[in-house]
Amino acid sequence: MSMTLVQVVVSGLLLGAIYALFSSGLTLIWGMMNVVNFAHGDFVMLGMYTAVVVWTALGGGPWASVPIAAIAIASLGIASYFLLVRHIMRGPMLAQILGTFGLALFLRYSAFNVFGANFRTLPDTLVGHSFVLGGIRFEGARVLAGAVGLIVTLALHFMLTRTAIGSRMLAVSEDATAAQLMGIRPQRMQALAWGLAGAATGIAGALIATFFYTSPTVGETLAIVAFVTVSFGGFGSVLGALVAGLIIGVVESVSAFEIGPVYKDVVVYVLFVLVLWFRPQGLMGKT
Amino acid sequence: MTGRRILHLLLIAVVLVYPLIAADSPVYGRLGALVLLGAISASAWNIVGGYAGQVSIGHAVFFGIGAYASVTSFVHLDLPPIAGAPIGMLLSVLVAAAIGVPTLRLSGHYFSMATIAVGELVRVLSSTSDFLGGAQGLGGPAMPRTMFDLSFVSATPYYYIFLAVLVALLGLTHWIERSRMGFYLRAIKDSERAARSLGVSSGRYKLYAFMLSAAFTSLAGSLYLCMFGFIDPESGFGILISVKMVVMAALGGAGQLFGPLVGALILVPLEELSNSYLGGQGAGLTFVVYGAIIVIIARFLPSGLLSLLERRKVVRRAD
Repeated sequence: MSMTLVQVVVSGLLLGAIYALFSSGLTLIWGMMNVVNFAHGDFVMLGMYTAVVVWTALGGGPWASVPIAAIAIASLGIASYFLLVRHIMRGPMLAQILGTFGLALFLRYSAFNVFGANFRTLPDTLVGHSFVLGGIRFEGARVLAGAVGLIVTLALHFMLTRTAIGSRMLAVSEDATAAQLMGIRPQRMQALAWGLAGAATGIAGALIATFFYTSPTVGETLAIVAFVTVSFGGFGSVLGALVAGLIIGVVESVSAFEIGPVYKDVVVYVLFVLVLWFRPQGLMGKT
Repeated sequence: MTGRRILHLLLIAVVLVYPLIAADSPVYGRLGALVLLGAISASAWNIVGGYAGQVSIGHAVFFGIGAYASVTSFVHLDLPPIAGAPIGMLLSVLVAAAIGVPTLRLSGHYFSMATIAVGELVRVLSSTSDFLGGAQGLGGPAMPRTMFDLSFVSATPYYYIFLAVLVALLGLTHWIERSRMGFYLRAIKDSERAARSLGVSSGRYKLYAFMLSAAFTSLAGSLYLCMFGFIDPESGFGILISVKMVVMAALGGAGQLFGPLVGALILVPLEELSNSYLGGQGAGLTFVVYGAIIVIIARFLPSGLLSLLERRKVVRRAD
């Protein structure tokens, strides 16, 4: 393998870890209450604007913006749950699409009103310069985002599978009534899921903003990536989202390098449709 | 009973004379035609998304095929754009079969996500195709050459053309609703497993519904091109085109004959009027309101606006 190809794969893995991070919130909610959040991309967008605001108003880098974005978007998630999602999750799937898409428009154009349509970027030097290690060039911001993405996604996975609170959340997702009989409050667990998903999404947004342009409509592009990652990995599986995110990241950057940048999405979508054809439940989803 | 009959006649009269009243205003004149066009595409979506319960979020594929079939008939074959409509419909039915066979096996959200992916795939591919004009898109005839170009300055002719298509589509949907296929589709929507165990070949009927829905969505795309005279990958295959069909149908009431029309009657004016009155400046604020209205309807009327009438009927029967 040539050195250039190694470079391409490494940047693909870093990108994939970020995809995994901002998809993990979506898969958590999807798996736990079978709700599609069409506003997910706009949650990421608001996380990105949080980083922009923290930088322009306070001059703070990711060390300040990541925790602030986590708290802000977690609150947004919990508020969305109590005000909207709680009421539409019992309705038909179309009501969920309608409600969360309405929420998406509301958030997107609120951001448009407040921040304007212009693209914002954070200074390149905010995280640190790029460096060369073993002949491979690393960009500081992407390395930070990829590493945090990997850590947070794994932490979320272990929290769900190895802790008592995680078991309670899974119990609610399996059978809310039975969980209630066992003394678990379903609404509290579901609100917690929205909070956790929001926090992960906020962290992802704040990190993406350090190397990607921020605009009110950026969420639309990101949402499609998240939808593909989540269905690819299997609904509800955070580990699945991680694996799928990494695969998509690598496939994207390798095909951009080998075939051409325009075709990178084509390859990903074709791969996705093929995965669904052979494994309709996604890589790690349950049937 | 007579009161309702008078109300119906009055409604029909308003629909028929609307363009004559609104013809003077460029905004309202166009608005009527746009509502009908929105209603056509959402009603076409309704066949598979509403009645059969297969929530496709990739219907822009067929809308775009219709629009591009029309524009390429003009650009490459020098035909009037509307001549591309039957070609687009045929192509859409074939594409629907090709997409439907693998994806309709998927259930619920997986089907929706697969259709999103297919839609995006087609959008990206179309922007790389020189035949389709790439990312810039293609334009129809700049000046009408014959009447068949369906290129009018006034929106009134479009209004009546779209009205005729909508009436035909709703007539067909109504017929399907009461046919054997209608019962099969509702059974599949309620419980596919139960329907299958009763001998309904669910795969086949879902595919029929998908193909029929695709044909009419494609026709809506061709009509769009005739009126607007221009198409590019975003306005043809963009995900927003797909989502709007879903939202219109769901807002009015999916799986009901007049649901998509009601949804279009609310959403299209909301979008158009605010764009023309507030201009670019206020566009953001409008969509904030637009989003909030959708959220409120989803929150309080999860089965769409028409469920209000249903509720009243039930109450009346109970009395």
